[in-house]
Amino acid sequence: MHDPAIPFTRFLDPDGRPCAALPPCADDAELLERLYRQMVLTRLFDQKAVALQRTGRIGTFAQGLGQEAIGVALGAALRPDDVLVPYYRDTGVQLMRGARMEEVLLYWGGDERGSAFADPLAREDFPICVPIATQALHACGVAAAMRIRDQHRAVATTCGDGATSKGDFLEALNVAGAWQLPVVFIINNNQWAISVPRSLQCGAPTLAQKAVGAGIPGEQVDGNDVLAVYTRIQAALERARQGKGPTLIECLSYRLSDHTTADDASRYRPNEEVSAAWAREPIKRLQAFLASRGNWNEQREQDLIEHCQAQLQLAVERFERIGEPDPDQVFEHLYQRWPTPLAEQREQMRERVARRGGQAHE
Amino acid sequence: MSDKTYSLVEAVNLALARAMADDENVVVLGEDVGVNGGVFRATLGLRERFGRKRVIDTPLAETMLGGLAVGMAAQGLKPVVEIQFMGFIYAAMEHLVSHASRLRNRTRGRLSCPLVMRTPMGAGIRAPEHHSESTEALFAHIPGLRVVVPSSPARAYGLLLAAIDDPDPVLFLEPTRLYRMNPQPLQDDGQRLPLDSCFTLREGQDLTLVSWGASVHETLQAAARLAEQGVEAEVIDVACLKPLDLDTLEASLRKTGRCVIVHEAPRSGGLGGEIAASLYERAWLDLRAPIQRVTAPDIPPPLYRLEQLYLPGVEDILAACETVLDYA
Repeated sequence: MHDPAIPFTRFLDPDGRPCAALPPCADDAELLERLYRQMVLTRLFDQKAVALQRTGRIGTFAQGLGQEAIGVALGAALRPDDVLVPYYRDTGVQLMRGARMEEVLLYWGGDERGSAFADPLAREDFPICVPIATQALHACGVAAAMRIRDQHRAVATTCGDGATSKGDFLEALNVAGAWQLPVVFIINNNQWAISVPRSLQCGAPTLAQKAVGAGIPGEQVDGNDVLAVYTRIQAALERARQGKGPTLIECLSYRLSDHTTADDASRYRPNEEVSAAWAREPIKRLQAFLASRGNWNEQREQDLIEHCQAQLQLAVERFERIGEPDPDQVFEHLYQRWPTPLAEQREQMRERVARRGGQAHE
Repeated sequence: MSDKTYSLVEAVNLALARAMADDENVVVLGEDVGVNGGVFRATLGLRERFGRKRVIDTPLAETMLGGLAVGMAAQGLKPVVEIQFMGFIYAAMEHLVSHASRLRNRTRGRLSCPLVMRTPMGAGIRAPEHHSESTEALFAHIPGLRVVVPSSPARAYGLLLAAIDDPDPVLFLEPTRLYRMNPQPLQDDGQRLPLDSCFTLREGQDLTLVSWGASVHETLQAAARLAEQGVEAEVIDVACLKPLDLDTLEASLRKTGRCVIVHEAPRSGGLGGEIAASLYERAWLDLRAPIQRVTAPDIPPPLYRLEQLYLPGVEDILAACETVLDYA
């Protein structure tokens, strides 16, 4: 899990007790509360989305149960003019980048409008990426554009542990190192790529050391210690913005849920392992730390949960009020300059809709 | 008009230089495109003129080239990527299929992908293994992509400028066999040619010959031979393989009633089949003979001792013409 040559950062132990000299952000009560509230919101959003999937109101959904610290820390460390190039388990950071809850539900509810992002904060961010690890190269392209234009911005891209086995990931590290691109690669090592455990994914003791061959710094953090994740991502993004090159950060976490709502992890994963992992999850850890400093209590927790549930309820209502998509949309955005040869096919599709009484389905 | 003549590869170079001079968002990247000017010299002199920031030698990784271009284009740059040979493009294909061609659609227009991927295609230059492919049909199958093949220096110049201008991804396939054939006078006037359109290279009433890329040359030679016998063939260079300008092809077929489609790519699943099927759907009552295809057989391009066997020749085209003309 570790390698002596690869730095590892953890400030809070699983019980929320400091286990190293704390970073300055540990004294930023406002920041810590924001991180905490956002982690709780992310977890409750996931629960709500799973419930919506179970009742048929959205399709397959990938939740991030137990990995909330990574996305939330990243969201807090990114600046508005940085660019996020996420993968598909990134609701936490997407919400912090201005994606609206109803947009996230709309995407997983089978509608491309969910990636159109109305909020200008997320205007340049990529939509979530499904083909594994391909996003790492898009992030390098975005970073290369920033370099070409002499901009002092950074790109953050995320992936899971499985993605690090792909050529795209390694080619991305390689070019980022060769060109010293302003990009930060963040691995959510949640130990499982659907049914394949980390031990079968790669023979190296850490995933962070893949950076070594690319000539870029690689490090590990305790991905369930939001202080550690925030501090290290913050530093890496700042390095990138200053033109000091890329960083690879492997966040050690654990996927407490199934891979997606279409998966059943009990087929391949012992319950004892999952129970043990619950003892290390990130939300209780930060809560204990906040409480130890007198910054959190039972009442505030109750208020927060009620507040989040109310927000979620409103988001679901907004999501459900969004009308059905216009069938013409399937051609509308395929090309900006509409190719006349496609007119015949669009007409045939309209005839199909007409045969179906104005509906997309028979 | 200036008397200076340009080969197809020189026309590509001229268009790249013009696009880079006109729009600072245009960047060229690929393996050996900078200092070396490209293995075919398509990017010769660009590095000296536009600098290393805009003419970029990359690590040797085609998947990376595809992915980088997507990211750059999403930021509003206009990357023109060179893939050294079409036989090496497959590693970049996922980025064309799953990302470049879909980014605008999947973000409902919020992000787009105005990239051009250029690559030399085709057989006939006695090249090593994997340097002679014509797999355009694989790419023409992808919604959201444009696939363009020039068959002359002038069309290479005008179509490449149009491809770089285009706000969506374009795969630009350059027939290596034509790279240095028949230089033509060319005005560097920045004039774009239309995408999504066929070019009628020769008008005729008796039959329609349809081709693209290097095969256009054998097709034109066949038409010249037919003319000697008093048969006037219309020759259409499809030029844009995705989307297909079926209207032009249909109008010609309605006029002539007879059609031969010539392509260098293997027959099964080739675009000749797509064109023939579309023409049957639209105009079969006007057909006076079954449409014929002259193509490579379903084999990989042979190494160069048997390479010519693979390429449709003038006599093969004439034989197919005879077949369609034999129907009363």
